[in-house]
Amino acid sequence: MSKDNQILEDLNSKEYEHGWSVDFETDEAPLGLNEDIIRWISTKKEEPTWLLAWRLKAFKIWQAMPEPEWANVHYAKMDLQALRYYSAPKQSKKPKNINEVDPELIAIYERLGISLNEQKRLQGIAIDVVLDSVSVATTFKETLGKLGILFCSFSEAVKEHPELIQKYLGSVVPMTDNYYAALNSAVFSDGSFCYIPKGVRCPMELSTYFRINAANTGQFERTLIVADDSSYVSYLEGCTAPQRDENQLHAAVVEIYAGAHAEVKYSTVQNWFPGDKDGKGGIFNFVTKRGICAGDHSKISWTQVETGSAVTWKYPSCILKGDYSIGEFYSVAVTNNYQQADTGTKMIHIGKNTKSRIVSKGISAGKSQNSYRGQVQVMKRAHNARNFSQCDSLLMGDQCGAHTFPYLDIANPSAKVEHEATTSKIGEDQIFYCNQRGIATEDAVALIVNGYAKEVLNQLPMEFAVEAQKLLALTLEGSVG
Amino acid sequence: MLSIKNLHASIEGTPILRGINLEIKAGEVHAIMGPNGSGKSTLASVLAGREEYEVTEGEVVFQGKELLELSPEDRAREGVFLAFQYPIEIPGVSTTNFLRTALNQVREYRGLEPLDAVKFLSLMKEKMALVEIDQKLLSRSLNEGFSGGEKKRNEIFQMAMLEPVLSILDETDSGLDIDALRIVSNGVNKLKSEKTATIVVTHYQRLLEYIVPDFVHVLYKGRIVKSGTKELALELEEKGYDWIKEEVDSTATV
Repeated sequence: MSKDNQILEDLNSKEYEHGWSVDFETDEAPLGLNEDIIRWISTKKEEPTWLLAWRLKAFKIWQAMPEPEWANVHYAKMDLQALRYYSAPKQSKKPKNINEVDPELIAIYERLGISLNEQKRLQGIAIDVVLDSVSVATTFKETLGKLGILFCSFSEAVKEHPELIQKYLGSVVPMTDNYYAALNSAVFSDGSFCYIPKGVRCPMELSTYFRINAANTGQFERTLIVADDSSYVSYLEGCTAPQRDENQLHAAVVEIYAGAHAEVKYSTVQNWFPGDKDGKGGIFNFVTKRGICAGDHSKISWTQVETGSAVTWKYPSCILKGDYSIGEFYSVAVTNNYQQADTGTKMIHIGKNTKSRIVSKGISAGKSQNSYRGQVQVMKRAHNARNFSQCDSLLMGDQCGAHTFPYLDIANPSAKVEHEATTSKIGEDQIFYCNQRGIATEDAVALIVNGYAKEVLNQLPMEFAVEAQKLLALTLEGSVG
Repeated sequence: MLSIKNLHASIEGTPILRGINLEIKAGEVHAIMGPNGSGKSTLASVLAGREEYEVTEGEVVFQGKELLELSPEDRAREGVFLAFQYPIEIPGVSTTNFLRTALNQVREYRGLEPLDAVKFLSLMKEKMALVEIDQKLLSRSLNEGFSGGEKKRNEIFQMAMLEPVLSILDETDSGLDIDALRIVSNGVNKLKSEKTATIVVTHYQRLLEYIVPDFVHVLYKGRIVKSGTKELALELEEKGYDWIKEEVDSTATV
């Protein structure tokens, strides 16, 4: 309650507050994309030959793929040859722990409100920070290590735990999956890796914070989370980028594996630069996220709050392979000005007695377009599969659009699938009611929108929920009245 | 406290109020009665600052300030409270959260520190007793799925929390059974003081048995056509509005 008010009081800036960038020496790949660049990246990262071969295979596949056009988004295609596929801050030597990280880099994150100092960190969150193409720091490694939990950058995992990477890399999102997943497989630079051993409940939230700093650079990170049988982990992802006039590409892949009785909660607060009021600049966020409930009684839960990016194309999905496994998707997607979002989920029921739940809350303002696209697929042997989908759209003003594209594909007659959808507008009478009690219009909008999104926000860990509420209000400032 | 002079207002070009004059002093209760469509609710909405209504003429001075020049939220912060005829639903926002936001914005406007959670809760407890409202209701989404009686009781609870100077009750009696009517009226009566005033907009005399007015005004075709004391309300109850309509319409044609 007190936090809500704090948030309302904090609202004073209408601008994207993370729009600054910092100049520092970087180690960059030449512009453009070809086999040599991929070799360059692989050499730079001192990768084993199997990984280079994997990348080159992906590149071949990607070259034969057309750029997808089915999403309900419109944008000028990027010249992928004009991008840089690797950019890393220069560090004289590889830091062994957080105390050896360049203070200049730590300062960047301090400015974003993220302290990498373990003493200063709030208890209970370990963080891996990725700047442009590389992971710069991971906190609480030792604490987690005592429990056998591996949490490190992807590059480090390739070196230290190659057997795990070889086993799981591309096992949930194969390189052939789609255009951007193939591109990512060819050029991915870093990301986070996390492994929770059998029966271990991760005692803190694990978190990755992505920041794009350099200009003309695409960010292609990969996250791989493996939760072995009967383990539990809650994972958070946050992101920001400087304000730039040109569009920037973010094409990430996230893979989650959950063993029997394991549970993974994955939460995202996405705050990439959305472009300015006239629709100039902003991040193209073309991301593939998928989890597999491989074991019986496993559970994967996606929660996302999407406020940024010029164009979003993202469908965090669950493959419910294990019997009695559960998939959940909770989403709030806000678009304002000229933003476009085409987002939703796929729930693929393979095992018996599998359950999925989809709660999607779209909020459109300004001249933006917001689409929910969701697929529920029940395979032949998925007896007693259950799905419940709730897709709500909230419109602000009369120049925005909200669209819903549900796909149902049911091959087993015992399935029970429910779909509910509503569309509403923030009513002038709601705002007047708030005004009449002394609440200013912008605060009224924040209150109404947060109420609308409550079911999703409640799924977020506390610290993130507060951040998300703030973001919702900030994104919509100035959109009414 | 409130001085309305020659107030004209219209909605989408149709005049509704055609010259209202009304003086209200601190400590007074004024009842506004009249047949359907006479402009009673419009008057309440215009005072609260609803945007659909356009004020075409006249002025309203509230505690020395030009009320019509203030935004709706500033009118509320100055102490004008409207109990809605049809309270609005806000899904996902509890009454508690809503009121905490409202109260602290009002306090900020008045140069007071925001109430912390503990003080806010103890204030809530105190006011809850006043209108016999259940705490469970206050943690539910505001007005969503409330019965008619619960909505009205919640309005009066909000009024108790915000401690307005001028309370306007817009047909608060509509949709209430006799028990709810008694509880709501008791709440209003307990909140009355020498420093505050109340405008009761109602169609029926029934409510005025509980909230006894000092003055009764009859609104017809956008004007106050008759004023009197509570006896006037009884007369209206007995004879209906037709005799007043005839009186006004015949003088108008002369």
